Amino acid sequence: MANFEIPDDLLYTPEDEWARGDGDRFHVGITDYAQQQLGDIVFVDLPEVGSEVTQGQVFGVIESVKAVSDLYAPVSGQVVEVNEELADRPELVNEDCYGDGWIIVIDTRGEDPSDSLLDAAAYLKHVDERSE
Amino acid sequence: MSAGKRTPLYEAHRRLGGRLVEFAGFDLPVQYTSIVEEHRAVRERAGLFDVSHMGQIRLSGPAAIGAAERLLSRPMADLRCGRVRYALLCNEAGGVVDDVTAYRVAEDAILLCVNASNIEKDYRWIVRHAPAGAEVRNESDETALLALQGPASPEILAPLAGEGVAGLRRYAFARLPVGGRPALVSRTGYTGADGFELYLAAGDAPAVWEALLEAGRPLGCLPAGLGARDTLRLEAALPLYGHELDDTTSPLEAGLDRFVALDRDFIGAAAIARRRAAGHERALAGFELLERGVARAEHLVAVGGRTVGRVTSGAPSPTLGRSIGLAYLPPALATPGTRLEVLVRGRALAAHVVETPFVRGVAPKSARTG
Repeated sequence: MANFEIPDDLLYTPEDEWARGDGDRFHVGITDYAQQQLGDIVFVDLPEVGSEVTQGQVFGVIESVKAVSDLYAPVSGQVVEVNEELADRPELVNEDCYGDGWIIVIDTRGEDPSDSLLDAAAYLKHVDERSE
Repeated sequence: MSAGKRTPLYEAHRRLGGRLVEFAGFDLPVQYTSIVEEHRAVRERAGLFDVSHMGQIRLSGPAAIGAAERLLSRPMADLRCGRVRYALLCNEAGGVVDDVTAYRVAEDAILLCVNASNIEKDYRWIVRHAPAGAEVRNESDETALLALQGPASPEILAPLAGEGVAGLRRYAFARLPVGGRPALVSRTGYTGADGFELYLAAGDAPAVWEALLEAGRPLGCLPAGLGARDTLRLEAALPLYGHELDDTTSPLEAGLDRFVALDRDFIGAAAIARRRAAGHERALAGFELLERGVARAEHLVAVGGRTVGRVTSGAPSPTLGRSIGLAYLPPALATPGTRLEVLVRGRALAAHVVETPFVRGVAPKSARTG
């Protein structure tokens, strides 16, 4: 069985995104489980800076050699930053999904989303239920 | 859990951590480590593929060569023993039943290697058109097939198979022992690279697989899965049945003119000639995206906002670092330099037609058309 890294200090969605909050600013990416499932990432379709996203709705697309996967916003708010590095180096998502492979930053403007997100233990359970 | 058919190497794939997917009814690895890693291994060193899902159909007997001549788009009578030829099985409407490689294994016998998805269909088709005096045998279940592909292939195989390897020319084959097991070894492949395909008795496959991996390891050979097989063949612009070829498509539309000899009688020849005389409405072209993104099968192709065709295969090319693909276009547009748009998720991605193959110079200089 494969090994999946699930940092304790992050929050998660059932669609395999993670969120790291710093005040109102939430860095968002996909989890280690997700990047392993996808394989070699070749393209990330990012939203425009300034656009609005809604929790649970698609904000972008991530593509691997074989697969196309929607990206779901873990929190609602405004996209204030996108990871421009991913244009030239989409493989950062495979190499460092919780660090340099972050995808966007969302400003939640004061809303606290943590009640509607999974903690690490709950996400681990969710992954176990789905993996072989 | 998948419940498809298994090749003799199923356990080996599990042990290697292969990610199994269902393909043509078989459980096979799409990758072991990474599609890009495995692809690069083949381009730079070597990769080993289990392609035992493919089918083998043997025609033998006094009428076998005649039957093959009738069924295939190229002559078979002049195919010498020990040589291989790529050809099409066509239907009466001039469409493609399958694309196959034909091995002259004896004066009165031809072994066809066919696509896994078409084994039953091809077998029934051949039986239907084979006269008495041509025995048709489906040997798929008893035959395993490995493909060792990449520039290091001869160096890896030679210690295991002996002197016969070095002199084996492209599109030739020989019966050689590999790791002590009897094999039919051909200098062929589906990657655009130098390499070999090894036909084995199913029971011998695991031992030969292990022997090749062990021999290849110090030279950087990796086990490679279906994902890399597809990106490699796409870089070489080789057609895949069900994508570039199907039973309504003339081989000439797919650019396979070299493999269709219309100056002879075979099933489909008249229709292919008629359709050519009438003018084809589409031609297969290779394209590259000019901006970031990935074109894939079924994406529409447009020129100036007007839909003109459809992508049949598309993927990011690990060698080129760009997205490439094949598409059917109106013949007038199928010329290198034509600017296109590929419609991906509602956006028009800029592209242009390019010469194929996309990646050149990967086959040995002695390669002739097989």
